[in-house]
Amino acid sequence: MLQYTLTRLGQMVIVLLVVSVIVFGVMNLTGDPVLLLVPPEATDAEIAVAREQLGLNLPLWEQYQIFISNAIHGNMGVSYMFKRPALDLILERMPATLEMTIFAMIMAGVIAIPLGVYAGAYPDKMMSKVIMSASLLGISLPSFWLGIMLILVFAVELNIMPSSGRGEVTSFWGINLSILTVDGLQHITMPALTLAVGQMAMLIRLTRAGIMEVMRQDYIKFAKAKGMSAQRVLFGHALKNALIPVITVFGLQFGQMIAFATITETIFAWPGMGKLLIDSIYRVDRPVIVAYLMLVAMLFVVINFLVDVIYTLIDPRIEVK
Amino acid sequence: MKQQLLQAFFGSEGYHNFRHNRLAMMGAAILFLFLLTAFFGPLITPQDPYNLKELDLNNSFKPPVWESGDSRFLLGTDQQGRDLLSGMVYGVRISMLVGVLATVYSLVIGTILGLIAGYRGGWVDSVIMRIADVQLSFPGMLIALFIMVAFGRGIDKLIIALTLVGWVTYARTVRGSTLAERNKEYVDAARVCGFPSWVIMFRHILPNVLTPLIVIGTIQVGNFILTEATLSFLGVGVPISQPSLGLLLANGYQVLFSGLWWVSIFPGITLLLMVIGTNLLGDFLRDELNPRLK
Repeated sequence: MLQYTLTRLGQMVIVLLVVSVIVFGVMNLTGDPVLLLVPPEATDAEIAVAREQLGLNLPLWEQYQIFISNAIHGNMGVSYMFKRPALDLILERMPATLEMTIFAMIMAGVIAIPLGVYAGAYPDKMMSKVIMSASLLGISLPSFWLGIMLILVFAVELNIMPSSGRGEVTSFWGINLSILTVDGLQHITMPALTLAVGQMAMLIRLTRAGIMEVMRQDYIKFAKAKGMSAQRVLFGHALKNALIPVITVFGLQFGQMIAFATITETIFAWPGMGKLLIDSIYRVDRPVIVAYLMLVAMLFVVINFLVDVIYTLIDPRIEVK
Repeated sequence: MKQQLLQAFFGSEGYHNFRHNRLAMMGAAILFLFLLTAFFGPLITPQDPYNLKELDLNNSFKPPVWESGDSRFLLGTDQQGRDLLSGMVYGVRISMLVGVLATVYSLVIGTILGLIAGYRGGWVDSVIMRIADVQLSFPGMLIALFIMVAFGRGIDKLIIALTLVGWVTYARTVRGSTLAERNKEYVDAARVCGFPSWVIMFRHILPNVLTPLIVIGTIQVGNFILTEATLSFLGVGVPISQPSLGLLLANGYQVLFSGLWWVSIFPGITLLLMVIGTNLLGDFLRDELNPRLK
């Protein structure tokens, strides 16, 4: 286990280095940042001075060396727009994003897993067909459009839900949270639902497939033949094995949801790091974009690692090599 | 010969199942309609939404015909007086073009790389699969977003970005099946006959690993259409001069609070229908082509 962890840690570092080279390289192909920073009436000499101050006159590989050594020390550059460290800007907004993503994940899991179990255990019932049709609709639904429709119906037409912002927040261990106030809960519901629907649809399909596959196996037939009640077979025997792939995918989807949160945050003006990314793209605020990508890459690599570890812990059939 | 092929197709079990699966038929019908729209759209639209001469600001923000009574604009107009229905038909064209082309490119590139990785093995295999692993640990949406931010808007760039995201799935699938096929007798026979590697890969192995790709491809068209719409909605997809459904929805979002509901409802429903079509057909093909369920 220790050796496995060390190997994986080494791989994680390599992946992050590769990502940093790609992000750094590609972002450098996109126009000259000096021209964005100096006033439009700047002379050639002034531009040259600015270039030297920013270290942009150095060869690319030297710039990369500086970038990476700064990054290791937690310095990801200063935002052109806010004149503040890019990493601070992102970390300030991270709790808002994580709060919405986790809320959406819980929402998806609580609704989707029971529905999927039902649809898998009783595939011929009318209700199961309704569930499956709904999930087909769910995976085909453009999530940003769903957000727009929710705003149109509940905020514009009915005027019963807020359409933007986090609402009232309370501080919990120094972190601002919306879910602890009624107003905040009202604000988080629609964006979290928008984010959750696609995941719900996918989780339903996955849980159903898992249950159906397990139900065909011999040990389930044996349990039924012993005369166990259908419910005990389902909850005592089938569920445990059927849920293993669901948990893995659930973990991996967390990364997906952080990526998709950028869209939801933009629509609902949720002040998270995803909205910051999109705003920074419009402002060509390169340090913030690079810092976001590096931070999110790190997050994904860590999540993937944790999912793999959890997988080996809950499924004794899988051995660590 | 041609007659025999047709007979073999229409007499096959798969075709019979297809005719008796209402959902699959519906999906195919929806896709067929959208393909027709994409091909012949410009011939039937009442207006050319790109031609500024045909636009009149006096016509801006007209509601659909049943509210405005203006039969020139069946589904209403947007802020520039552009007929929404015409805009949507052109939008479908772009969405289809991007979705289908990006899928075809991903399929071709992914299949070639997967065949080489699986058949050759060794360091070629390691390099291709490590790239795939790294890429798969990040959401495709974010990779495409990054590429679009770096290189700017454009239909060609969208297709490139989606292809760079999409090839991995095919490469992994094809590599897996190629590894299984590589040691079968027919491949040994071909090798003994002295055929060069590329002939064995593309004429002998390829036909045997194609089946799962059809399913992946069908569903991917829908996914790519969604990704394109999302990127365009965020303003990093198609250029403003060539609005796709996603860009129309971005317009709709801007005027949402003014009560102009039609600008965001109709393009959204169209997008939804397109993706449902591909998913219905994809689900049917997956069940039909999956030997484990037979």
